[in-house]
Amino acid sequence: MDTVCSINNLARCLVEGGFSPDLANLLTLLGGVVLVATIPLVTVIFLIWIERKVAARVQDRLGPNRVGPVGLLQTVADALKMLTKEDITPTGADKFIYNLAPVIAFATVILMWAVVPFTPLHIGADVGIGVLYFMAVASIGTVKIMVAGWSSNNKYALLGAFRTIAQLLSYEVPLVLSLLIPVMLAGTMSLQGITEAQGGMWYLFIAPVAAFLFYVANLAETGRAPFDLLEAESEIIAGYNIEYSGFKWGMFMASEFLHAFTAALFFAIIFMGGWWGPFVQEVPLLGALYLVGKTAIVYVFGLVLRATVPRVRIDQLMALNWKFLVPLAIANVLVIAFLIQVLKALGLMPVPGADIIAHLPMTVVMLLGNLVIIAVAMQVLRNQGREEKMAQEARMAARQQRVVKEVRTPAGAPVGD
Amino acid sequence: MALVNEWAYIGLFFAVAWIFPLLPIIGARFLAPAKPNVIKQSTYECGVETVGDTWVQFKVQYYIYGLIFLVFDVEIIFLFPWALAYNQLDFFGFAAGLLFIFFLFDALVYAWRKDALEWL
Amino acid sequence: MLEFNASTVAFVVMTLFILGGALGVVTTRNLIHATLYLILSLFGVAGYFVLLSAPFLAAVQVLVYIGAIAILIVFAVMLTRSMTRMSEILNGQWLLSAIVGAGLFLLLVIGVILPTWGNGGLLDATVSAPSQVVIDTVDLGKALVDRNGFVLPFEVASLLLTAAMIGAIVIARDDTE
Repeated sequence: MDTVCSINNLARCLVEGGFSPDLANLLTLLGGVVLVATIPLVTVIFLIWIERKVAARVQDRLGPNRVGPVGLLQTVADALKMLTKEDITPTGADKFIYNLAPVIAFATVILMWAVVPFTPLHIGADVGIGVLYFMAVASIGTVKIMVAGWSSNNKYALLGAFRTIAQLLSYEVPLVLSLLIPVMLAGTMSLQGITEAQGGMWYLFIAPVAAFLFYVANLAETGRAPFDLLEAESEIIAGYNIEYSGFKWGMFMASEFLHAFTAALFFAIIFMGGWWGPFVQEVPLLGALYLVGKTAIVYVFGLVLRATVPRVRIDQLMALNWKFLVPLAIANVLVIAFLIQVLKALGLMPVPGADIIAHLPMTVVMLLGNLVIIAVAMQVLRNQGREEKMAQEARMAARQQRVVKEVRTPAGAPVGD
Repeated sequence: MALVNEWAYIGLFFAVAWIFPLLPIIGARFLAPAKPNVIKQSTYECGVETVGDTWVQFKVQYYIYGLIFLVFDVEIIFLFPWALAYNQLDFFGFAAGLLFIFFLFDALVYAWRKDALEWL
Repeated sequence: MLEFNASTVAFVVMTLFILGGALGVVTTRNLIHATLYLILSLFGVAGYFVLLSAPFLAAVQVLVYIGAIAILIVFAVMLTRSMTRMSEILNGQWLLSAIVGAGLFLLLVIGVILPTWGNGGLLDATVSAPSQVVIDTVDLGKALVDRNGFVLPFEVASLLLTAAMIGAIVIARDDTE
């Protein structure tokens, strides 16, 4: 029998072609790996172009427009140029580790794509711990910064690396806490499972606070404005990758862009229903299109944000995390957990696979619960802001008085002996 | 079998993900010129010659952040199985989680009041 | 006995990671290098967990040990002045530590491996099947907050971690003011 060979039945095809089953299995897996791992490589070329175009538009410029149609090939030209640039290793650098760091940087970002559910049928590996896999791989990413900063033998690099690690560690707490909510709602950690569970309603509407926390924490994890302290050009020149040149520097840059996009991708999967969309059950490949569309919305929003907001100070960064995001995340987990029990007691929890109508009562209750959290958080913030303002005003007034006194004293003081 | 295949895929992915970024770096080694000299290779500090040892002593605040993070990380890890099974838990399960998270919050409040969260 | 398949290959690779990493940790003079070797070793342990069908523990291993503890070790190293370029052996008691380490290893061999070794072991390895209470991570979650399960250890663990953090803050901070 002649079967049409495609990606879906490659293993069976190869066995019929005379391969041993084990070898066929291995080749299929390897093919899948290379295929999925290539997607981010191709994506990153366009990402840099999009990033530059959007930033240019925000700043009323044109952006790259010379190489290729509308400047599309600019990144390719840049990559070729970087290949021919001299690679300088500073004296006193720890050579092996110094060369290893950019590889770790890029590898950890590609690794996240192994568990991305592109369509209902196409996923690299549907591991049961998908969400934690994402977190675990992201936490290996901290190592790259430590390694790069330490091995460069540069004070700025080391300083930048330490600040960055403190930032990444801190923001991992609200990130993981916010991920508890989708896990709780879906009852699974598999990303395919979480996507399927959103058939009735996106988690963005059921748990907007968790989505907000995930988005903000991811901004900090990927080092995007307003949390781009890891490059902070005006303070520590370029941070942990200051001594890198040529393609190794390019590797850091590409991994940073790709990481931001990957974070948007996971936001789309976990909170915006991933591949869900009209007719996706009939034509599964449409799902990839929906996923890319949703990711693009999240990503471009981040780009505009990046081109708009100023950078925060490191003490503000830490205060925002530990004194606002973490308490908010903890409160959020408690409120959602309580509401789920209440909804279950009332019999309002929709069965898995229910449609949008069945999800409505639950969504309304959840939304109200989230609104309460938001209202309380806003009130706390407002009070805090008022207190700080009053303290500031008191300080200013005190200084004013002192200045006035100092000005008056010499004038009224007796002259001479 | 399916489970084995999934993780075999991840294992292969780990191998491939390292090879991909290695290729252009090795390629650049052949394509790029290599004319090192002392000034070019000196540590970059905006043109000023570097003074003293790079590996200086860092302040204790980094370590404290690390410790606080570690405690929170472990506590949240404990919460993941709880969240995973949450749909099948009754009110007792919620109360158990509540108490657990209360202790977590307690730790945060302590660190806050002791100014351990301040960037000094 | 050992048959040649994907699991065996993965097992051998992971074992090489663990042993090579461990060897690197004790032989290198550079503390940062030692940390990197340690990360390699811990990564191998995560691989073991996957091979034992416990992917949740593998993720925990990477998240906590590589993502937090290894970084904490680096912070600790940087806190201590000029420890990164240590060249002479400061540990005069290496012989004693080597003996204690070997003794501990022997104890582990006797305690863990011997009872299940071969057919003449104290316990028959084929009989002692994996626990039926906790099969996957969902069961783990249920068992953790079960009245008749592990709810008390679960809460005590939380209390312990809180106590650990309070202790850490008290010790690490200079509360002389």
